[in-house]
Amino acid sequence: MTSKIKDGLILGLIYLAAFFTAMLLTGIVVFVFIKGSGFLRWSFLTTVPSILKGTEGIAGNIVNTLYIVSLTLLIAIPVGVGAAVWLNEYADRSRFVRLVEFTTQTLAGIPSVIFGLFGMMFFGRTLGLGYSILTGSLTLTLMVLPLITRNAQEALKAVPDSYRFGAVSMGATKWYMIHTILLPCAMPGIVTGVLLAVGRIVGESAALLLTAGSGYSLPKTGDGIFHKIMESGGTLAVQLYLNMSKAQYDAAFGIAAVLICIVLVINFLTEVFAGKIDTVKK
Amino acid sequence: MRTKISDIKIRTERLNIYYGTVHALKDITVRIYANKVTALIGPSGCGKSTFLKSLNRMNELTGGVRTEGGVYLDEKDIYSPQVDMAKLRGRVGMVFQQPNPFPMSVYDNIAYGPRIHGIRKKSELDAIVEDSLRSAAIWEEVKNRLGQSALSLSGGQQQRLCIARALAIQPEVILMDEPTSALDPASTLKTEELMKILRTKYTVVVVTHNMQQAARVSDDTVFFLNGELVEAGKTKELFAYPRDSRTRDYINGRFG
Amino acid sequence: MNTEMIKVRAHARAIEIIAQTLFTVCALFAIFAVAAITLYMLANGIPAICEIGIKDILFSTIWQPTAQNAEFGILYIVLTSIVGTMMAVIIGVPIALLTAVFMAEIAPRKVAALMKPAVELLAGIPSVVYGMLGLMILNPVVYRWEQKLYRGSETHQFTGGSNLLSAVLVLAVMILPTVLSVSESAIREVPQELRASSLALGASRVQTIFKVVIPAAKPGILTAIVLGVGRAVGEAMAISLVSGGCVNVPLPFDSVRFLTTAIVSEMGYANGRHRQVLFTIGLVLFIFIMLVNLTLNHILRRGKE
Repeated sequence: MTSKIKDGLILGLIYLAAFFTAMLLTGIVVFVFIKGSGFLRWSFLTTVPSILKGTEGIAGNIVNTLYIVSLTLLIAIPVGVGAAVWLNEYADRSRFVRLVEFTTQTLAGIPSVIFGLFGMMFFGRTLGLGYSILTGSLTLTLMVLPLITRNAQEALKAVPDSYRFGAVSMGATKWYMIHTILLPCAMPGIVTGVLLAVGRIVGESAALLLTAGSGYSLPKTGDGIFHKIMESGGTLAVQLYLNMSKAQYDAAFGIAAVLICIVLVINFLTEVFAGKIDTVKK
Repeated sequence: MRTKISDIKIRTERLNIYYGTVHALKDITVRIYANKVTALIGPSGCGKSTFLKSLNRMNELTGGVRTEGGVYLDEKDIYSPQVDMAKLRGRVGMVFQQPNPFPMSVYDNIAYGPRIHGIRKKSELDAIVEDSLRSAAIWEEVKNRLGQSALSLSGGQQQRLCIARALAIQPEVILMDEPTSALDPASTLKTEELMKILRTKYTVVVVTHNMQQAARVSDDTVFFLNGELVEAGKTKELFAYPRDSRTRDYINGRFG
Repeated sequence: MNTEMIKVRAHARAIEIIAQTLFTVCALFAIFAVAAITLYMLANGIPAICEIGIKDILFSTIWQPTAQNAEFGILYIVLTSIVGTMMAVIIGVPIALLTAVFMAEIAPRKVAALMKPAVELLAGIPSVVYGMLGLMILNPVVYRWEQKLYRGSETHQFTGGSNLLSAVLVLAVMILPTVLSVSESAIREVPQELRASSLALGASRVQTIFKVVIPAAKPGILTAIVLGVGRAVGEAMAISLVSGGCVNVPLPFDSVRFLTTAIVSEMGYANGRHRQVLFTIGLVLFIFIMLVNLTLNHILRRGKE
């Protein structure tokens, strides 16, 4: 009967681990919201820090985050999806394909500090873009590229071959078939990849600290929207880090609560689109 | 003669099984005799596999199963709460439809069961492994590759390995769920030969889709239809003179 | 009529060629990116090694980058990253694995369905938030342990909880969701028949899990662990907030500096040779990560065969 006791012990450990994980999450979320809820009000979201006006809001960081997310996706989506189309629709099983797949996977494994160093030197110094939202976005493009490529590739793989044969047999050219049949069918998977990328960008801090700096002002109305991308700009996550290092804990909790809300929304949307992938497959 | 109680290895009394609201088996009363091969036949979804799995309580692995009535192994109710599941499954072994060796070596596959049941000594395990592989008529083919992954064997060899694995726990009854449906004809033939040999030491219950196979290998046959037992008896009699018209239609291939 | 058709064809062919070229260029992007990153890491990391000498950087323990006679020994920094990652894996992986077993094998479907989004949320929380929580919650606790352990000690430098142990615990929590979700799906992919035959041989559920299911899911679980190692080695912001920041022998209650935290905390003000050495640290980190990646690639490729 010792084996029964052993089984029981192991089962106990398993329950303990699961309980720990569940508590960890609940603890984190509850703690952040209790501490940060005081800051979740309109003025916190719509003002910038100013001693004159006595405000300490994060509007500037929100705008910076939006800029960096859109700019990054603007480049990363076409390139990422394009690479996926090439891998799945054009490439044969050559060494070149293996190389593309290996480098994509490598890119996914490189830590953000390294991206930061590279972005700082290459985009910032060599290309002369300095500490700016553009430098940050270009750096993050490299970082999220694998996420988008991989998800798009999986989605394309799931499109049944009969669709391809059907379209081509009716005289469609390959490009026509790709953009009328394959890409629409793969859309839920592509969107999932994009959402994951958004999550990664919003949460990123190390790479951005080294490339986009920490500006927190709102764009000036006279400069037009493009002027802003050459300025330095800290996202919410970067601002959170700066607040912590300056021991401004209260505002940090406010930002943390906002970030967790964003993650929740992204995860919810991912779930919705992942559900769509399942129904397409059936 | 055949009603002598000591000859009966397993009997079920008014066995009813429900999957949720589906009544999968209805009032099944069957006798399975020791050292015979009993074939369970019937069209897909007739309940024959469910019946087979009820004999070692494997059907309980799917949630929402309710069992009524009794299943008696050597006159002991296997559904009584005192029954130790490990011991029951040690006495009633099982072979599945798809050959499913564990992803480990041939040796470790066979030794898996004995180790579970507490045998640790290398010499003892060696003997069991050899015996089981010999009984499953695969020893000659694998004796030089016991350390290799079981997944490197052919499909037919894998299935005989799985039979050997079931034999290694020295069961009294072996349940086989369509053991040849995933095999090529040559491997099927070998497995059928094996069944005939096995009955000298074990009681074999086999679910099969293949009428000829049932006729070739079994002593007794039970015919299920829609969860009911239509007819049971000696294979020779049942195939030659089916009493029920549905049995006749089925074995003649009119449906199924 | 005839000529018109040919014209359309030619037009379509041109589009085909353009499309294919564009897609190929997109695919090249990843190769270029990795090549450029490798090149830049080498080009910026090697000069300091040449000028200072490999022995005085990699195998020296004295780190005084801004002193009059500057010393740039990063041995302790390298050791901290190695030891910290190992400790985080030792703590985090068992918890993650057992939880994965719970979700895939033991929990009722509804409980597992509830836990899945929770784990995804855990994975999605930005690393700075983990750092913040570590600083606010973990540091005081670890400080209390430190006070108990070193009461009356005159040689110990008290860290206020900002030390290797705090960093390791934060890392352990951060790799948890990665290891958990990858190994959970690996466990789920083990064919049901293997479980059935193990149970049919009389094995208990726990025996089946540990003797059949986990061995069968081994490639996936290894992948999960390697991904966890990668995440732990590369993490910067979270641990820069909780690890203290002095260059020290990696002992649990000492303030330490990791490869990553050295870069983020000093890059802002470093210049000259100090800055070059920070790039050398980046290069060391890069080499570690490439080793992790190659291991991963190896496992994945073996899994496919």
